[in-house]
Amino acid sequence: MADVKKIATRESYGNALKEFADAYPDLVVLDADLAAATKTGIFQKAYPDRHIDCGIAECNMMGIAAGLATTGKIPFVSSFAMFASGRAYEQVRNSVGYPKLNVKIGATHAGISVGEDGATHQCCEDLALMRTIPGMVVMNPSDDVEAKAAVKAALDHEGPVYIRFGRLAVPVINDKPDYKFELGKGVVLREGKDVTLFATGLEVSETLDAAEKLAKDGIDAKVVNIHTIKPLDEELVIASAKETGKVVTIEEHSVIGGLGSAVCDCLSANAPTKVLKIGVNDVYGESGPATELIKKYGLDSEGIYTKVKEFMA
Amino acid sequence: MDTLALKKTANEVRKGIVTAVHSAKSGHPGGSLSAADILTYLYFEEMNIDPEDPKKADRDRFVLSKGHIAPGFYSTLANRGFFPVEDLTTLRHTGSYLQGHPDMKHIPGVDMSSGSLGQGISAAVGMALSAKIDNASYRVYTLLGDGELQEGQVWEASMFAGAKNLDNLVVIVDNNGLQIDGKIDDVCSPYPIADKFKAFNFNVIEIDAHDFEQIASAFKKARETKGMPTAVIAKSTKGKGVSFMENQASWHGTAPNDEQYAQAMADLEKTGESLK
Repeated sequence: MADVKKIATRESYGNALKEFADAYPDLVVLDADLAAATKTGIFQKAYPDRHIDCGIAECNMMGIAAGLATTGKIPFVSSFAMFASGRAYEQVRNSVGYPKLNVKIGATHAGISVGEDGATHQCCEDLALMRTIPGMVVMNPSDDVEAKAAVKAALDHEGPVYIRFGRLAVPVINDKPDYKFELGKGVVLREGKDVTLFATGLEVSETLDAAEKLAKDGIDAKVVNIHTIKPLDEELVIASAKETGKVVTIEEHSVIGGLGSAVCDCLSANAPTKVLKIGVNDVYGESGPATELIKKYGLDSEGIYTKVKEFMA
Repeated sequence: MDTLALKKTANEVRKGIVTAVHSAKSGHPGGSLSAADILTYLYFEEMNIDPEDPKKADRDRFVLSKGHIAPGFYSTLANRGFFPVEDLTTLRHTGSYLQGHPDMKHIPGVDMSSGSLGQGISAAVGMALSAKIDNASYRVYTLLGDGELQEGQVWEASMFAGAKNLDNLVVIVDNNGLQIDGKIDDVCSPYPIADKFKAFNFNVIEIDAHDFEQIASAFKKARETKGMPTAVIAKSTKGKGVSFMENQASWHGTAPNDEQYAQAMADLEKTGESLK
């Protein structure tokens, strides 16, 4: 896999904002002193008049975005996932969600792959928090291609959207001529009959690798990329569960409230199925290089392979 | 400006407040009454708005950051013609569009949903910023409670507004001195309020919230001030106009019973008579 191109989705985010700026003149970008890290700096350099640095005050930034949206602007509010979804949660709920304002939240540095900064900055709860807000669209793209597509989909969707991006460079897996992004639709990346592996974000490529390992052991796994956590592609989730009988969810997020919970919510009501949730097991992260942490927390292809194997035994 | 007419209108707004809160059997009369004159001036004199076209693009904007005084806001909007005054009695009733706190999705004339203290001012700052980006001439007004100044977000927003020279923004503080738990200086003093806003690069004007000449002069000065936002610190009387509610923290969030309602309306009728 050494020759696979790797790009961090935060980089894709910055590039996408710049790419779509001319086509969407109402697009403005807000940041809270992290433009270099969230990569909105790429947009800022090209469109300085449409980039507003709010300083280190995320709650106010979210409110400013709400105000801008009432006047017809399409604000992309950027910060680390921890602050965008955590610190400013109530502003997102009351100032953005309740009035259904057209605010897009671009949250970078999600999950334990933040790496060395450690637990205070490793947000593994954002998908859970954002899912609870009525009307909020929640996306978690898996690579560069999908991250750009998610930004475009957010621009074309009227209403609040949360998009999760990562700090770690991840393999580009969607650069295929027939790639198509549809908001709310899962993508079947590998057909299989024994178990369905629903993965999201950077776990999609890890899961594809795990599926190849499982195949060698005679386990034929279907792999589905869920880039939109809300609204969930319930039709695909139910059909896949009925088809394979067993389900595994894989996410770089707490096992509480994220993709795993969304899938279980759906299946418990429509097609009760045994589900294994692979994610961050209700613990805080810690400092260390991102790839080492992903391995340590069992979220690399090897960890996924081992857990699925046990689950299938 | 016809001061007598404004006084009469403000008195009608006050009748609407006590009527709405009485009908709801809950709500916030004290702060609604303290802000009634300023709300009246904004909607009947100061702001470029049109009840027939509540969303017209070039309108001045208003954000009620102290969203709990929705009765005062709604009564002002109703008296200005945004919706029927009769609807005020549906306040807080199940199925009514007049929600307990302002709801921009369903109430004509409401520019921003609000109610969680500290958040409205940020939205107002965003609106003012948008006008600057577009070189639009509309102005933005936001009304805060003095207790609300205890919210840290107020100062995040003020720092931004001052730093970005948003001279199209007017922050009004309804300084009635009381909050739910008592006097603001006993609970957690926000004083000195004027000095705080000055430190954040605001043009600060201190007025009597019940004096229309002073209100008019403050907003005129705000319009003439360039390069910095204006803060109008309006010293007010909580419960103003209803004798037994004046200066009583207990009337912050309590509805009058039938007897108290009758007395409140009698007070306001008497005031109305004196303005003839």
